[in-house]
Amino acid sequence: MKLDFEHQQSAHCESGVTSSLLRKSSGGKITEPLAFGIGAGLFFCYIPLIKINNGPAIAFRTFPGLIFKRTCNALGISVVRQKFGSKEKAEAVLIQCLEQGQPAGCQVGVYYLSYFPREYRFHFNAHNLIVFGKEEDQYLISDPVMETVTQLSSYELERVRFAKGALAPKGQIYYPGNVAPISDEQIRKAIVKGIKNNVNQMLRIPGNFAGVKGIAYTGKKIKKWRDKLGLQKAGSYLAQLVRMQEEIGTGGGGFRYIYAAFLQEAFAYTNKEELLDISKLFTEAGDLWRTAAVQAAGIYKGRLGSQADFDQMGDYLIQVAEMEKNAFLALKKIKW
Amino acid sequence: MKKEQVPQDLGALGKITKEVVYATDSSGKYTTELSSGWEVKKEALDIAWQDVEARIANAKQKVLNGEASPILFFMEYRLMDPGILSDYTGYWRWQIKRHLKTDVFKQLSEKKLQKYADAFNTNIEDLKTMTVHEA
Repeated sequence: MKLDFEHQQSAHCESGVTSSLLRKSSGGKITEPLAFGIGAGLFFCYIPLIKINNGPAIAFRTFPGLIFKRTCNALGISVVRQKFGSKEKAEAVLIQCLEQGQPAGCQVGVYYLSYFPREYRFHFNAHNLIVFGKEEDQYLISDPVMETVTQLSSYELERVRFAKGALAPKGQIYYPGNVAPISDEQIRKAIVKGIKNNVNQMLRIPGNFAGVKGIAYTGKKIKKWRDKLGLQKAGSYLAQLVRMQEEIGTGGGGFRYIYAAFLQEAFAYTNKEELLDISKLFTEAGDLWRTAAVQAAGIYKGRLGSQADFDQMGDYLIQVAEMEKNAFLALKKIKW
Repeated sequence: MKKEQVPQDLGALGKITKEVVYATDSSGKYTTELSSGWEVKKEALDIAWQDVEARIANAKQKVLNGEASPILFFMEYRLMDPGILSDYTGYWRWQIKRHLKTDVFKQLSEKKLQKYADAFNTNIEDLKTMTVHEA
């Protein structure tokens, strides 16, 4: 059994899955950047009290699952989402889904994801892929970050669907419920909603740890890492920051480039000239994130290491925070 | 980032798949470009693995010194922490902490050892002897 489904490679797994699952009803109009932007995907968060892989817990994107949910909600599409206690039930529902001609989005863990290179297999459970068929014991997989389609045996798929640890997927599958054509007007409204959502998320979220304030907060913390953690551990922390920011799935520059691409596409639907200029601000922010990554690499590779180097690193983030604050304020001011 | 600035430094991932990066073309319009990797983040990943390898070596030594049970070694080898291991085995964290003690580990039943072996994708014999078969 193989559904009529075209694999599309994308930068970020959840936005890519969202875009692919909505391809038929939107006639391909919901591109990856649109899904990311309508889903208000851009974020920043650093929680000092939590450790992930013995390093800092840093995120550049919104909470897993929200992009698909928000994008569908904003477009007036219902979401079907199911979690399972039983592995047998999880597979039965998946097969049922395929038999009804519905490609299924699945949340999976990457630790046992066999087609990923070993170097990339950490206990990260918020990866997303689409199952679009089954031939004998092999499931046909469209993993948005891969160039081509892949396969997983039923055992391999079960293992990643039931990965354990933080954000355990619990066999979760999801897909859009009502499949009606999506109009340009629906997309326009959804874009406005997504931008407003993202403005709130970055400017108005309470506390120091998240949003644009969180970026500046992290910058200030980094300046103290050298004394507090020692050079080696501080280097490992910075390496983790860079991985969260630049690794596969981000589209580069901590998702800032995808967001800049979204704003350009948003202009086509809304005709608000400001969006083009604001898009440039996000490109600049992404560029500065990457400049900071180069500085961080200097530290974790031992080419740099003085307090002045850490101060510079922290200052980059404080500067990024200011840039992104201005960009979101400009978005907030748009009269829709 | 401009399209022509998209780095093409071959890393672990680039050997298996190229990744999509968003970049601007000469007119400033966003487009996607495939990248085979970036030295800066390849080095970040190397650092992460050096840290992992150091923790594994440290755990192995502790087990050899009789300061911890082989569960510690496999926990590090599988990149787990007591929280993840607890989720995979169904044991509470305090139980896992107990099982990390050598004398408690020696008295564990086959059934309990099997739970750990399953969580680590190994068998009881290899678990006890810290034997790994994968590269």
